[in-house]
Order: sequence, then structure tokens, then C-alpha cells
Amino acid sequence: MSGLITTPNLEQPDEFYACLLAVHEERSEEESQALNARLILTLANHVGAQAILEEALQVAKMA
Amino acid sequence: MFQDRYSLAFKLYPYMRSADQEAGIPVRHPVVIVGGGPIGLASALDLGRQGIPVVLLDDHEGIGMGSRAICFAKRSLEIADRYGCGDPIVQKGVVWNLGKVFHDNRQIYEFNLLPEDGHKYPAFINLQQPYFERFLFEQIVEEQAKGAPIQIRGKNRVDAVETFDDHVALEVMTPEGPYRLEADWLIASDGASSPVRSMMGLDFEGRVFRDSFLIADIRMTNGTFPTERWFWFEPWFKSGASTLLHKQPDDVWRVDFQIGWDIDRKEEMKEENIRRRLDAMLGEGVDYEIVWSSIYTFQCRRMQKFRHGRVLFAGDSAHQVSPFGARGANSGMQDVDNLGWKLGMVLRGEAPEALMDSYDEERRFGADENIRNSTRSTDFITPKSKISHMFRNAVLDLAERYEFARPIVNSGRLSVPCTYDGLSLNGEDALPGAPARTRPGSACPDAPLGNGFLLCRMGGGGFSLLTIDAEAPDAILEAGVTVTRLALSASDDPSGALAARYLGDAPSGVYLVRPDQHVVARWDHYDDTALRAALRRACGKEA
Ligand SMILES: Cc1cc2nc3c(=O)[nH]c(=O)nc-3n(C[C@H](O)[C@H](O)[C@H](O)COP(=O)(O)OP(=O)(O)OC[C@H]3O[C@@H](n4cnc5c(N)ncnc54)[C@H](O)[C@@H]3O)c2cc1C
Repeated sequence: MSGLITTPNLEQPDEFYACLLAVHEERSEEESQALNARLILTLANHVGAQAILEEALQVAKMA
Repeated sequence: MFQDRYSLAFKLYPYMRSADQEAGIPVRHPVVIVGGGPIGLASALDLGRQGIPVVLLDDHEGIGMGSRAICFAKRSLEIADRYGCGDPIVQKGVVWNLGKVFHDNRQIYEFNLLPEDGHKYPAFINLQQPYFERFLFEQIVEEQAKGAPIQIRGKNRVDAVETFDDHVALEVMTPEGPYRLEADWLIASDGASSPVRSMMGLDFEGRVFRDSFLIADIRMTNGTFPTERWFWFEPWFKSGASTLLHKQPDDVWRVDFQIGWDIDRKEEMKEENIRRRLDAMLGEGVDYEIVWSSIYTFQCRRMQKFRHGRVLFAGDSAHQVSPFGARGANSGMQDVDNLGWKLGMVLRGEAPEALMDSYDEERRFGADENIRNSTRSTDFITPKSKISHMFRNAVLDLAERYEFARPIVNSGRLSVPCTYDGLSLNGEDALPGAPARTRPGSACPDAPLGNGFLLCRMGGGGFSLLTIDAEAPDAILEAGVTVTRLALSASDDPSGALAARYLGDAPSGVYLVRPDQHVVARWDHYDDTALRAALRRACGKEA
């Protein structure tokens, strides 16, 4: 079973990062946090596999 | 002195002096049950139907006012059916399948429980708890008429218990003074604040939820609300941080407002204040009568052990959950179903006393599952930190537009029977290709059979051997325990449900099923040695 990808995998790292910042522009901290929450849930659904999600939580916790 | 702690919905068993009160030496009974709530009544019914003499003591003379539990799950109905009173319960109850979820002033989605076909009973019914208890009581009366040795003693309050290796001694208070009684086995079904538990100095640990809920059961005869479950998160009408509206029989609706922790109970319970919340929700000019109201808070907790020697705890005395998911009475019914056949076998000398340890093992496992589920629902409904509130609302916001987020919305996961995975009484799973839902430890799902249903045909109170397109003896006797065969063919159910639920890809199947209709073991053919070994194990005769 393949686990969480922790090697580079983004097609366009700079492009993605710019999009991520852009979506938060002109938002209050509160709104940004809510947006982040929606984003996490949306990506989590795309991943689906519980084991991989748990690995991702670990990565986020340890970094 | 004798004072009622609550008023009665139905007075059913007025105090009567019993011969035991005259006895010089305390009379010993095989089983004494403390508490005549749903769990005590069901226990009396289960054991009495097996011909085991039971004495049930309750400190009141009938069933308490107030609906409390309103959702009864399929499993409870199936258990009641085996006790002979499933049908009247369903006839009185309200069957519902549709639910709507709202956030603020928007409906975010609706769902249909889409019950699976080919079951005798619906997934759920709504019924006021006093009715449920009354049907159990009426069945007891019917069984008594047929000779079941059940005694119910009203206004008999247990004030002291003393435990011994082989019995329990009780002190019972009545309006005419105290008397003593002894029991080989004591079932403590005396509710969440269990006096028996306190008298024995036993723990009841868990998590307190810092929130209060105001319940109002209201009667609306010209109501326009359909038979659906409506749940609001942060409703626009501001009557609570969440609100539930749910239909009951007799034109009564359950309304449940989450009103916060720091409240003035007395103030909130004033009719004008309850009406203020209701009016905001229902709109001006809607006519209703408040049938019952109450404020409750809750904890999720359980005892460390449900068996203490000859004392068995069942129902709320052993475990308590939040009401979200309707797991209180429903899980208590599973306790009774688990306890009844085991205690019956022990008392008849068919199984060793150690079998009762499996009651503790299995029902603690069940309680943990219920606590886990109801805690998760509660955490979703009443988020306790800023970040959990943010995630909760993120789920709701997404759910309105995207289907993927809807399974995360948790306003209560409805109670289903526990599968006793990996526990001591289970035997082998030797039926390749069969579905996981009928693996050892699981409760048998129903299936249609001609004009009837599978579960009604199985067992008759004992172990059964369900064979589908497989040969086997019609009865097997092993160390005093009989197994009765139910011989079926996949073609007995043209709808295919029987085969889908019990065979999957397997051409034939042999199931050993316990009296509580949980699967012990399954095979692709009958093997006498394997069956006998599994049976001994299920009776606690083999470690
Ligand atoms: C608001 C609310 C909503 C709920 N909704 C649901 C639901 O939808 N579905 C569900 O399954 N569950 C629900 N529940 C839970 C359900 O009501 C309980 O789980 C159920 O009543 C437990 O039954 P019991 O027989 O264990 O205890 P109880 O019903 O509490 O009965 C205990 C009995 O013991 C008696 N007793 C106490 N002390 C003594 C003594 N010393 N001597 C003699 N007798 C004594 C009491 O008088 C009482 O009759 C809800 C609970 C609440 C509060």
C-alpha cells in the first residue's frame, strides 16, 4: 500500500502557492481560518483513505 | 417515609403486601430485579418467559411521566418481537424516514434513511417512552396469565444491599415498613443514579458535557409540520444553539433546544419562557399545548465492570450516553437481550457461572461503542472550542453545496446493534465469500421468508443452526444444550435478500446462532466436531 507522498508532487509549486495566498487576500483572520477549514475538508475528502489522512495529521503535527 | 420522586403516566402495579413481608427468615428468590424502567421490565419478561421466577421491585407504582426516550431502533423492536410485543409497539409508533438539516435560515440538505427492504421492522419508530414501557408491562401481564412466574412489587424501595459469594441480601422499604429479601442473582436496572451502585460504593466515571437542553413535548392538532426529523444548527429564530423537532404519536412533537450551561433552571422552566422560545420557532399564531417539559444535562460514562459477583448492572445504571443517537434505552435493551439467555442457562445448570463474565465483556464493548458515537455527535452539535466551531461550520457551509461533506454532518448517528468483534464467545468464520455483516459476533439481519420473516423463525429462545442449502441433523444435543436446525434454501426467498445477507458468493452456509440472535460461527458445510466446539465456547464452557 502506498502511503502519504512526502516527496515533491505538486505540478506547479509556485503557481499553487500564489493561488493559496491570493485566496486569502483581503480576508479577515477569521474568514481566512474558515476558508482554511473548508479547504482541509475538501482535500481530505479527495484523499479519502483514513490511513493517509492520519499520516498527514502526523506530518502537520510534527513539522 | 415514602414519597414519590416523580409523577406517574400510568399507575400499573399498586402496592400490595407480599407474603415475603411476613416471613421470619428472609425469602430467597433466584432473581430479583431492582427498578421497573424499560430495562427492568424487559429483564423480567425475558427471564419470566423462560420460566425463571423473578421478583421486580420498583419504588413507584407505575411508569413515570415524561417521554424521555422517543426513538426506538429496529433492534429493540426485534427484541420486543421475541418477547411477544413488537407489533403493538410498532402500530402505536410513528415511522419516519425523512430528515432535514438546517443552518441558520437555510435548509442545507435533506436525507432519507432509505431502509433496506425485507425486514419485518422499520429502522426506527418514534414512541414516547411511557408507551414503550406500558407495552412491555402488558406483555408481562399476558405472560403471567400463561403461568410465567413474574412478580412486580410497587412501592418497594431497595434501601440496602449486602453481597455474598453466592447470593445478595436486600433491605426493602414499603409504605408498611421494611422487610428483608435474598436473591441468588440481582439485576440492578435502577437507572442512571443507581442507588444499588452507590450502596456498593462503585465508580461511574466519564465525561460531563457543559450544556443544557430544554425539552418541550407539544401537542399541535393543526400543525403543518410533516413526519420528518428537523434539525437546526444555530437557528435564525435563536431559541437555542441547536434545535430538534421530531414527531411522536398523538399529535405530539418533541422540541429540544440547546440552551447553554450557565442558565437559571427555574426561570427557563417557566411556561412563559418556554413559550417564548417555541413561538420564535413556530411563528406567531400557532396553537399548541405543552404536554411535558424538562431541562436535562448529560454525561457520557460507564461503570468499569457490569458484573460484580452476583450483581449484574444493566441499562442506565451501567452506562449513560448523550441522547444524540438514541442509544440509552436502545442499548439497555441489548443488555437485557444479552443477559437473559445467559442467566437462564446458568440458573438451569446448563452453563457455568463464568458465562456471566461474557455479559460484562460484551456489553462493556457495546457501551464503549455507544459512548464513542454519542460523544462524537455531541462534539459536533455543541462545539466546545473556537476551532471546533470553525470546522463544524465549515462542514455545514460545504454540505449546503457539496454532497461530499454531508456524511460528516453529525446530528446523531442512529443506534444499530453492536457487533462483538473478537470477543470470547465467538467461534470461527469458515464461510469464504460470505458478507462481513453476518460475521461471528454480529446480530443476524432479518430477511423475508414467504409470508413471514427469518428472525421470527429462528431459535425459539434457544440456539439455532441455520442451514442454507446445506445438510445437517435437525437437532444436536451437546452437554445438556440443544441446538435446533432451521433448514432453508436460498430459493425460499425469491427477493434474494437471504442469499445476499448470509451467503454472498458462497453456494451454501451453516450458521450457529445464539438465543439473542447473534452469530457464533459460520461454515460452508456442517462439521459435527466444529459445531460442538463452537457451542461449548458460546456457553462459556471453553476458554
Ligand atoms: C431527554 C432524554 C431523551 C432520551 N431519548 C432517548 C431515545 O430517543 N432513545 C433511547 O433509546 N434512549 C433515550 N433516552 C435514554 C432513556 O430514557 C434511558 O436510557 C432509559 O430510561 C434507561 O432505562 P432504565 O430502565 O435503565 O432506567 P430508568 O428508566 O431510569 O428506570 C429506573 C427505575 O428504577 C427505579 N428505582 C430507582 N431507585 C430504586 C430503588 N432504590 N428501589 C427500587 N426502584 C428504584 C426508578 O423509579 C425507575 O422506575 C433519553 C433520555 C433523556 C433524558
